[in-house]
Amino acid sequence: MRRDDQYRLERLDRGIKIRTGGIYAISSWREMSYLMVPRLVLILGLLALPILMPSAYWQRVISMVCIYALLAIGFDLLAHFVGLVSLGGAFFIGVGGYLAGILSSYKGVPMVLTIPIATLGGAIICTLLLVPCLPLRGVYFAIATLMYPLILTRFIEALNIFGGTDGIVGVSGFPSQWIEQYLIITLVIMVLFSIRRLVNTDYGLVMRGVKDNDQAVRASGISITQVKAVAVFITSLMGCFGGAYLAHIYMWSGLSQFALDFSIIPIAATVIGGGGTLVGPILGAFILVPINELLRELGTLRIVFYCVILVIFIMFKSEGLMVYAERKYHQFQQWKKV
Amino acid sequence: MAEDQPLLRVADFSKSFGGVQALSRVSFDVHEGDVFGIIGPNGSGKTTLVNCITSFVKRDSGSISFKGQELKRGMPPHKVADLGIARTFQITRPYYTLPAYKNLVIPLLSPRARRTGGWRGGGKHGDRDTVGLDILEEIGFERDSFIPYKLASALPTGYLKRLELARCLAIRPELVICDEIFSGLSGSEIATMTPLIEKLQMEGVTLIMIEHRLRELFRVANRVMVLNFGEKLIEGTAEEVMADEKVKEAYFGSDQEVMDYA
Repeated sequence: MRRDDQYRLERLDRGIKIRTGGIYAISSWREMSYLMVPRLVLILGLLALPILMPSAYWQRVISMVCIYALLAIGFDLLAHFVGLVSLGGAFFIGVGGYLAGILSSYKGVPMVLTIPIATLGGAIICTLLLVPCLPLRGVYFAIATLMYPLILTRFIEALNIFGGTDGIVGVSGFPSQWIEQYLIITLVIMVLFSIRRLVNTDYGLVMRGVKDNDQAVRASGISITQVKAVAVFITSLMGCFGGAYLAHIYMWSGLSQFALDFSIIPIAATVIGGGGTLVGPILGAFILVPINELLRELGTLRIVFYCVILVIFIMFKSEGLMVYAERKYHQFQQWKKV
Repeated sequence: MAEDQPLLRVADFSKSFGGVQALSRVSFDVHEGDVFGIIGPNGSGKTTLVNCITSFVKRDSGSISFKGQELKRGMPPHKVADLGIARTFQITRPYYTLPAYKNLVIPLLSPRARRTGGWRGGGKHGDRDTVGLDILEEIGFERDSFIPYKLASALPTGYLKRLELARCLAIRPELVICDEIFSGLSGSEIATMTPLIEKLQMEGVTLIMIEHRLRELFRVANRVMVLNFGEKLIEGTAEEVMADEKVKEAYFGSDQEVMDYA
């Protein structure tokens, strides 16, 4: 850092930049690659991951990362575009997981049906159960959504239904490792790009309006509860898919699907990756979950490392990696003599 | 429907916050094409009245009818807006993270705008960005400048007040309630706002205006109501109202009152 008074840091936009969504760069390869390279790196990188992984264990880790990535995108959508801080990740995963488990193990429904039914049905159940909480804002919504998985866990435990503490065994598994991997990876990519589109459509603007200033949205004659319900439905679709998928890869659904990890890690991933970017949470999940696995040898001590990493990020880089990276990509800076 | 039926009829409105009686038995009629001014000293319940009419605050008692239709007490605010009652907020509330013209996409997507707009008006199949820019131009944003494209957080107060009004117009209201739209504006800014109000009136929009800037209000308002401590003092034309002893007392205090305190 130059502390000399005669210099100041100047930030300039790069010559090529897409300023509005309506203008597309198709005039030169340079401009096109400026836009396409980051996206292609992400897509091809994700698609190559299962091939690059050394062992079945690490391939499974990738599947877990993708589940967390879906939850984190959902968290980002709700928190940064609709203004609902949701701790309901565990709730979505649990409902999706149990539905898939019940359908597959008790009713013998084949997997091609259980996953879509659990995704859609789970999302409907989650949304209906969360509707009473929708007028809440900020930390109150967070606390209310945190209670749902706790309620359901104790409910299942106390009534000893759905296998009680043992969970539901005998859920059908994926026929091959590759189907398992590529199903969720393509889904993560598709979800990412469709949510990015969604938030810039006119309806997405209404969602962002609810976050910015819900009173003005109401004064415009739009029901904010309805907008919030749609957003919660979209988020729970992703979460319930994650749950159903989880049940099928472990061929088991049980109480640990309501574990708080599913609520907390998406938030941490969003903080590290950069909230409001949608791709940031994926990046965050790809950093956090593998670190968690690498540190597993250290036993309980890994939580310490984990927390230290989080605290450092929140204190020194609270904007998140992706916001930082985007700025570096779109702007260059130089010291200028004044 | 009778000829002389008022557009908005408010009867016996009361509202108290704890021990404070913010409104007590306020009644008034607003007829179609009126510019109805509501004035009163600070804390006299003007904004509470607006909040109660638009259902942002639940009234304690009283009734309200719009075009002969009774509005129930617990009616959600978006339903009231859907009927065609638009309001501005005293503290401007734009969508700060969106450009000015995108601010209007949100009201243009409301059920009412989609129903009444037609595709040219940004209705069901219209181009809402273009309609948003049109409305902004009408309301005094220079079209060919960069101002409509600026983020709302970067706009000065004068434009934010206009944006508030534009947000109301986007849902094609029949009644616009302006809560202190002139406050915080300079004389010249008000001078450019007044024609907008007059134009709206000519287009057949009924207005309720809450104001502290009396001179500017009296230029446009044809009826004025005075509130004090939540009670209606008088209603009439600007001249009648200002000549009234009780109004002078409310605004400036009277010798009698001073004596009482002494």
